[in-house]
Amino acid sequence: MVGPITLLATAVVLPAAAAGVLRRLLRTSMVLSLPIGISALLVNLFFFPGGSEVLLRLGPVTATREGLELALQVLARILAISGAITLFYLTTRPAELVVDLERRGVSPRLAFVANASVQTVPAMVDRASAIIAAQRARGLDTEGSIAQRARGLVPIVGPVIMGSIAEVEQRTMALEARGFTRPGRRTLLWHPADTGAERVARWLLVLTVPALLVARSAGWLDLLG
Amino acid sequence: MLVLEAVSYRYAGAERPAIRQVSLTLDKGEVLGVVGPSEAGKTTLCLVASGLAPRAIRGAMDGRVLLDGADTTALPMHEMAARAGICFQHPQTQISGICGTVFEEIAFGPMNLGLQRDDVVVRTWDALDVLGITALAERDPMQLSGGQMQLVAIGGLLALRPAHLILDEPTAQLDPGGTRLVGECLARLAAGGASILITEQKTDLLERICGRVVVLEKGGIVAAGPTDEVLAAAGLAAMGVAAPSRVRVRRALAGAGFGDGAIMDALH
Repeated sequence: MVGPITLLATAVVLPAAAAGVLRRLLRTSMVLSLPIGISALLVNLFFFPGGSEVLLRLGPVTATREGLELALQVLARILAISGAITLFYLTTRPAELVVDLERRGVSPRLAFVANASVQTVPAMVDRASAIIAAQRARGLDTEGSIAQRARGLVPIVGPVIMGSIAEVEQRTMALEARGFTRPGRRTLLWHPADTGAERVARWLLVLTVPALLVARSAGWLDLLG
Repeated sequence: MLVLEAVSYRYAGAERPAIRQVSLTLDKGEVLGVVGPSEAGKTTLCLVASGLAPRAIRGAMDGRVLLDGADTTALPMHEMAARAGICFQHPQTQISGICGTVFEEIAFGPMNLGLQRDDVVVRTWDALDVLGITALAERDPMQLSGGQMQLVAIGGLLALRPAHLILDEPTAQLDPGGTRLVGECLARLAAGGASILITEQKTDLLERICGRVVVLEKGGIVAAGPTDEVLAAAGLAAMGVAAPSRVRVRRALAGAGFGDGAIMDALH
């Protein structure tokens, strides 16, 4: 238990608080972890084999203290993982991430695809709204029963996808007309600042992983429980 | 100087060439208009002149495209882009979609060419200035009106400092306000000595900015000459190309019995 909770505190909660996203992180992380957390809790609590100290009996199933311990351990790990992922998501702006990757050598084409994917969603939503309006003007039923609305998906999804594909040639030509096919790196107007402190912190994080692995296998961490 | 020498172009899989034996010259500082019915080959002409055909569009090309006397066949697309910039009808598909501001959008071309950062910045501000859209620099390009977006697309080309601008029906998808905005900007560019090849159905715009006009029909040039002559020719309407308003008004008045003289002077 000590392990995952320490990790949660130092690697997730403290940085989140420092970045000002703690409340959002707790909310998002909780919501994300809820389904798997509940099932892990119940399964481990009631179905732990060989548990001796009984806490609760519910018909055919028994809750044991060992089960509870394991359940809380698993829950702590799940929270640590989902918390870390949520922290990354909440503190990273996609544009900055892509620019930095490109600065460090990622091909401009990959960077373009990464950026364009983020922008595609709002563009597709706009197109879908226009298509829905057009189809409704032609008699598409968008307010009837579930079955009717489900049937109505095809005349909407079809044109959205066809429209996006048809646009590809035009977009490609426009990109080529602006020199996109030139091989090699392109000039970047800006990139996120990378301070010495951040670099040190990054290296520390990278080195911590093998260090912990070594400590684990050497048995030093068993003392912590 | 951009020269097309007896150029024919057939798209991959097509039976007939889209343009046949087309020869034309675009001098430095000249504005050349191209009119013709749909499917006449106007877009193909633009694609060939800008180098996108056959580099990006698969097809078979006969004839030569020359820039300042040199054959362009060996030039890769990014080098052509710096010499002949092309703008299409649809503003939305010309916006790269990855730039958060108009400034970055216009800087996209120079950035791709790998120029020095200071150079990129200077070129971008110049393009914004010339087009009069400096106020839009911080805006999101996807949130602009059609006319503004088209200006941003043209700005993206100007930042490459091409010797020639090729515009394929730039106002076709724009509302009257957008058409006016782009038209005024093109007039300014033309007055400033830009070298422009423009295809359009809106002959009023061509009348305003072009010194010469060429008529394309079924892939071949059927007429060429000074703007006033070509656009006033009788056969144009039969082809499905509307004459400029001035010409139509004059014809209508002539048909109603009002001859030349004071009314012609008033129209001019």
